[in-house]
Amino acid sequence: MFVVLLIALAATGGLYAAFAPADEAQADTTAQSLAIEEGEALYRVGCSSCHGRSGEGGSDGPSLVGVGPAAVHFQVGTGRMPLQNPGAQAPEKPRAYTQAEIDQLAAYIGSLGPGPAVPEESAYDPANGDAARGGELFRTNCSQCHNFTGQGGALTNGKYAPGLDNVEPIYIYEAMLTGPQNMPSFPDTVLPEQEKRDIIAWLNEVNTSESANPGGFTLGGFGPVSEGLFAWTFGIGALVALTVWIGARSAKARKS
Amino acid sequence: MSTATEPRKSTAKGKAPAGEKVADWADGRLGIYSLAKANMRKIFPDHWSFLLGEICLFSFIIVILTGVYLTLFFVPSMGEVEYTGSFGPMQGVMMSEAYASTLDISFDVRGGLLVRQIHHWSALLFVVGIFMHMMRVFFTGAFRKPREVNWIFGFLLLVLALFTGLTGYSLPDDLLSGTGIRFMEGAILAVPVLGTYLQMSIFGGEFPGHDIIPRFFVVHVLLLPGIMVGLVVAHLILIVYHKHTHYAGPGRTNNNVVGMPFMPVYMAKAGGFFFLIFGVITLIAATVTINPVWVLGPYRPDQISTNAQPDWYLGFSEGLVRMMPGLEWVIPGGYTLNFGLLVPLAIFPSLLVAIAVYPFFEAWVTKDPREHHIAERPRNNPTRTAFGMAWLTAFAVAMLAGGNDVWAVNFHLSINAITWFCRIAFFVLPVLVFFATRRICLGLQRRDAEKVLHGRESGIIKRLPHGEFIEVHEPLSQDRLYTLTAHEQHQPFELGPDTDENGVRRPVSPLERVRARISKGYFGEQAQIPKPTREEYRAIAESHDEHH
Repeated sequence: MFVVLLIALAATGGLYAAFAPADEAQADTTAQSLAIEEGEALYRVGCSSCHGRSGEGGSDGPSLVGVGPAAVHFQVGTGRMPLQNPGAQAPEKPRAYTQAEIDQLAAYIGSLGPGPAVPEESAYDPANGDAARGGELFRTNCSQCHNFTGQGGALTNGKYAPGLDNVEPIYIYEAMLTGPQNMPSFPDTVLPEQEKRDIIAWLNEVNTSESANPGGFTLGGFGPVSEGLFAWTFGIGALVALTVWIGARSAKARKS
Repeated sequence: MSTATEPRKSTAKGKAPAGEKVADWADGRLGIYSLAKANMRKIFPDHWSFLLGEICLFSFIIVILTGVYLTLFFVPSMGEVEYTGSFGPMQGVMMSEAYASTLDISFDVRGGLLVRQIHHWSALLFVVGIFMHMMRVFFTGAFRKPREVNWIFGFLLLVLALFTGLTGYSLPDDLLSGTGIRFMEGAILAVPVLGTYLQMSIFGGEFPGHDIIPRFFVVHVLLLPGIMVGLVVAHLILIVYHKHTHYAGPGRTNNNVVGMPFMPVYMAKAGGFFFLIFGVITLIAATVTINPVWVLGPYRPDQISTNAQPDWYLGFSEGLVRMMPGLEWVIPGGYTLNFGLLVPLAIFPSLLVAIAVYPFFEAWVTKDPREHHIAERPRNNPTRTAFGMAWLTAFAVAMLAGGNDVWAVNFHLSINAITWFCRIAFFVLPVLVFFATRRICLGLQRRDAEKVLHGRESGIIKRLPHGEFIEVHEPLSQDRLYTLTAHEQHQPFELGPDTDENGVRRPVSPLERVRARISKGYFGEQAQIPKPTREEYRAIAESHDEHH
């Protein structure tokens, strides 16, 4: 490891003038540099029109220098990027790239500058989190935009905090890590890995299709608005139907 | 009378039946025979809309029954405990005893969650029922003399139901309802001069303090329900005293009530209806979650969630605040007037008071001293119907504004656009709805007149010898003709000549001038279609006879 570091330092320091820095900075293995090259080709075709030819950003998209592979894995993996059309916010949609291509893109963006890496599975496994503690963290840091159980909420001018139901744990972790779109980022200095895992464990308890719903249908988990709508439609509808039925059952035949 | 039992015992049939003996015993002490004789035959007209009030009555009873059960397990205390019950995702969380006991009711008390959900669903449906019932009474003019006082009783029941609801859903001390109490505290603080004093006395110190949950508990389970039970009894006594209204029809006049007697017909119907309502509400409560406090978390003033709304019947108060721009004015000297809360705080009771005063407003316009026991059809009083619809529109817009974030996220709209729509619609839509409703009512009146004079469209097309096609109209039955023309039409109040017979100017108060204008708005040419007269009907009938 030390030797590798020395070589890398020598390469970046000594041969800087002779070679492009992006090619050399992470030239640990040929596979890695190949991935970066492939990723750059993909980037040129699919991303550069907004983010600039070398990820420097422009009027249509932010700079990608330093966002790290985790941001690419999240944005492209959930289909938010490439952007379908300009709008308040990029919606989640079916992804446009294969996982291999996303990894190549992530390698290329990662080569532009240091940034958060794609997390290991142990980092986001909900089985190792404390749901109760995660609930408290969620209500302190997340629910003001995402709602109590992460059903999603509105932000200004058409922007929104998306619903978190059935989002894969890795994407929730990466979103906290990188702060996509209107979300603030929660780096490990702010929210350590264990706390991120706790939050994921909480969402896993209360907001997946497998979560227990002891009360029955949840009406979307939006609280009194959807409950009121239910009361004014199905609830009172059923009761008025009963009044009509009872009202129509008359004892007209017998005159007492 | 109790003495009547003596001769019966000596009859050939032997002893009187046990039931009769019990009844006689009770009559001797309570006088039930004369009471029963007077009231057992109370008549209920046969129309489903007269049963809407029973939805309210029965759901109120269900709320009380389930509430008693919940009281057995609920701990109205803000004392802090660590949760150790059986709900996993809250293990070890510090919370108030109120919240912990609500979780215990939901997960560790037998049938607790079901009863909680029945309690909450029937509370929601209770207020929905009140709205439906009040709409029926309002749009048929059943609040007119002699029923104004009962309208006020009903109105008070509505207002008390709103506040019983507020104090009830606040009891679990969860993050959602705690946010609601915080909202209420903000509104109280916005009251000029009195605000801080009120806040301190209600909360017993700074927010949230330890007093608010125990105080809400007493208000919710004792004070407000006690008053409500009294009002419900008074409401029912007045119904029996006034008797029901009924719709116009042959044999149905202002001086009688046509329908089925309480005993035995409505006794059975109403009794059955209670169990049907209980069944439906239980079915809803058993299948649909309401207020899942277990995932909302305990209240902590430093936490908040989006999509935080009060229950639907207070949604309009939430909406009024969300619509209002956050204006404030710092009076030189350092006192702040918070218009962002003060203005909604003024509109909120005004919307409610409008309900209470309307019968007196209409009585003032018509100056009609007579009793009214015939339910009017909404179309036959277009201006009243239009006022009602305008009120409902304003209420609905305010409620819409209260859920602006939920609509925004579910329908992919901008929350700012929704708020601006509601700000404008709150003033514009009620006016548009007012005029549209009046036009629709006039159209329906014209249709009624048309049907009376020319009969019902039969759908049969006839070809005349010279080739013309006509649709055959069938004359209505005598009953229908009567029903469609039974309503009376007020004439607008006229001020009379400006001068008396000696040419001296008559004094007319400005208030009377206003009344004349309003009365013209209610009953003038623009506001009602003259109903067909006997002469018109005869003339058309005769001309038809000549043709065919």
